[in-house]
Amino acid sequence: MILGRVRRALGGPTGEPATYETDIDRGYLREHGARTTEETVELLAENLADYRAIVHRCTDEKLSEVVMRLLAERGAQTVLVPPELPAYWIKAVDATRIYDHAANTPAELDGVDSVVTACAVAIAETGTIVLDGSPDQGRRRVTLVPDHHVCVVRVPDQVVSSVPQALERVDPTRPLTWISGPSATSDIELDRVEGVHGPRTLEVVLCEEDGWLQ
Amino acid sequence: MSGMSGTFVGMPAFPKAAHDAVRNQTLRANLRHATHTIRDKRARAVAELDDWAGLREAGRQIKDHALRHLDRYLIQLEEAVQAAGGTVHWAADADEANRIVTRLVRETGESEVVKVKSMATQEIGLNEHLEARGIHAYETDLAELIVQLGGDRPSHILVPAIHRNRGEIRDIFVKEMARWGRPAPDGLPDTPAELAEAARLHLREKFLRAKVGISGANFMVAETGTLVVVESEGNGRMCLTLPETLISVVGIEKIVPTWRDLEVFLQTLPRSSTAERMNPYTSMWTGTTDTDGPHTFHLVLLDNGRTDTLADEVGRQALRCIRCSACLNVCPVYERTGGHAYGSVYPGPIGAILSPQLRGTTSEIDASVPYASSLCGACYEVCPVAIDIPEVLVHLRERVAEGGPATRRGTKVRLKPAKGHAAERAAMRASRWLFTHPAALATGQRLAARTRRFHPRTIPGPGKAWTATRDLPTVPAEPFRDWWQRTNGGKDADK
Repeated sequence: MILGRVRRALGGPTGEPATYETDIDRGYLREHGARTTEETVELLAENLADYRAIVHRCTDEKLSEVVMRLLAERGAQTVLVPPELPAYWIKAVDATRIYDHAANTPAELDGVDSVVTACAVAIAETGTIVLDGSPDQGRRRVTLVPDHHVCVVRVPDQVVSSVPQALERVDPTRPLTWISGPSATSDIELDRVEGVHGPRTLEVVLCEEDGWLQ
Repeated sequence: MSGMSGTFVGMPAFPKAAHDAVRNQTLRANLRHATHTIRDKRARAVAELDDWAGLREAGRQIKDHALRHLDRYLIQLEEAVQAAGGTVHWAADADEANRIVTRLVRETGESEVVKVKSMATQEIGLNEHLEARGIHAYETDLAELIVQLGGDRPSHILVPAIHRNRGEIRDIFVKEMARWGRPAPDGLPDTPAELAEAARLHLREKFLRAKVGISGANFMVAETGTLVVVESEGNGRMCLTLPETLISVVGIEKIVPTWRDLEVFLQTLPRSSTAERMNPYTSMWTGTTDTDGPHTFHLVLLDNGRTDTLADEVGRQALRCIRCSACLNVCPVYERTGGHAYGSVYPGPIGAILSPQLRGTTSEIDASVPYASSLCGACYEVCPVAIDIPEVLVHLRERVAEGGPATRRGTKVRLKPAKGHAAERAAMRASRWLFTHPAALATGQRLAARTRRFHPRTIPGPGKAWTATRDLPTVPAEPFRDWWQRTNGGKDADK
């Protein structure tokens, strides 16, 4: 019935939309401004921090030390670990590792202090990290229920400049979560306040591959 | 609250509601503060992108293209969602959508649901429908929670509790939270951070036990079957990923043809809406995913007046709307009257063109909202999909005053002129005659200029009703045409 109404409103069935390419002028930019890779990473760090994510930079060699320190400073007793998180990232961590099984209820995850994950891609212009549920990131709920999320971005491989570039890189058939800073609300007098339902602390580690920047 | 038709029951026409609202000092101060804060931030966020005009134009074109081929894209979407493990339902009106959702919830055996903020479910009055059938729907967006706990009505698309200040919100939490679940903490202060914390604690127990989530969607991608929800607080993520069953009620106009099209709207929506480069959380899902998130997904595609709107070649551009609410935040009328005066879940300039098209112009409130504008055009300027709201307002005014062809519930009808608009029709006829008889116009203008000190502030006789809510503009000392001729088009302005 609805399709019938649509067709009557449009004056008949519209058939194959052969005009899609010509109807839309893609004259807008693929990215904003010309930057070196190093400058793009710098912009990512700035924009993440602007929306109250805490940004750390280190080399691959120092990563396990940094992750250990972040969890220790937080006083985390327990840490959620996605199934295929590289083991060396958390080798120095003291907190008890918790694995999320399909049979776990959300309530069982509620008591976990922190979570450490990788990401699929990070967007410099908007300060966004995108998770796609790959085995180094886990189910969507693991980065939602705990109050502290440590996310490792591999630099420069996983960093893109813009939203259009990020959409090209991710797979729409996967469940995707785009994260720009810790949860926030503007619902009280349109004034931004950080920290409502998701993790109230988001720490992003920009982990530079060995040899980059030389 | 909103009934089946979506009209707020017993809602007076806009002039009466606005008359009362502008006298409410607290309301005006709350609105002024909030709209001015966001207005300036939006301007800065938009200025960061050199290609804003190009993105805006592409957004308009994508939406127009999708609407022109809507039947084809809806079929493609249905196939893609079902191939990915979802089930698609079609609802011609609010009542059918409510019945479908009720049945789907009952099939789960549950009697409570958690909800992501959604305009479509507000529009159809879903919560009230469910409540009457013993199913409790908990709103989880902070502003929706404030509205629900306060037994209030939404007054803004993005921030439904924009009419409440922090002190009022604190009082509502302290008084009402205990009745709905976990009470507010003792000695709750009125700082936004503490209020947000109180909401976090209150809602967490509901998220963790919820078996059914209900959402809308900002976008549906026909090509992939992907749905997109853009949010800030994480309540959306909770409702979209923790329950076992997810039901999304989405207007058919939310469709975009391709995955790539999101690159436009994910840039324009957050900047127009909350004035952010990007909102904190965006969720995208395609059907169901094994062992991640709900194992059952239902998509309810909602018409409820949208195809009637599509049939109107001038008015259909309102279906491009991505619900950013930038037009509300810049509107001088909205700033003074607030959202309740519009008598609809869609307030402000977009509401003034959307509600009368979705619901028809037969009710007093829907016939009056197209007049709730000074036609200043600020709404069009900020619209990220370039909806020419003043053009549609004028079009709808003509329909109200003069009647004419329209489509209602899929059938072509001929509307009668609305009652009470006789003076307006007379004025329109007169102006049409004057503009086609330039000599009479010039004589009339000169006469008006020379007699202006005798002009009353209201029109006597049948025009009185028209001027009851307006002051007549002052007539200038010299008609524009005379000034133009005398000064050679302003070049000899010192003459």
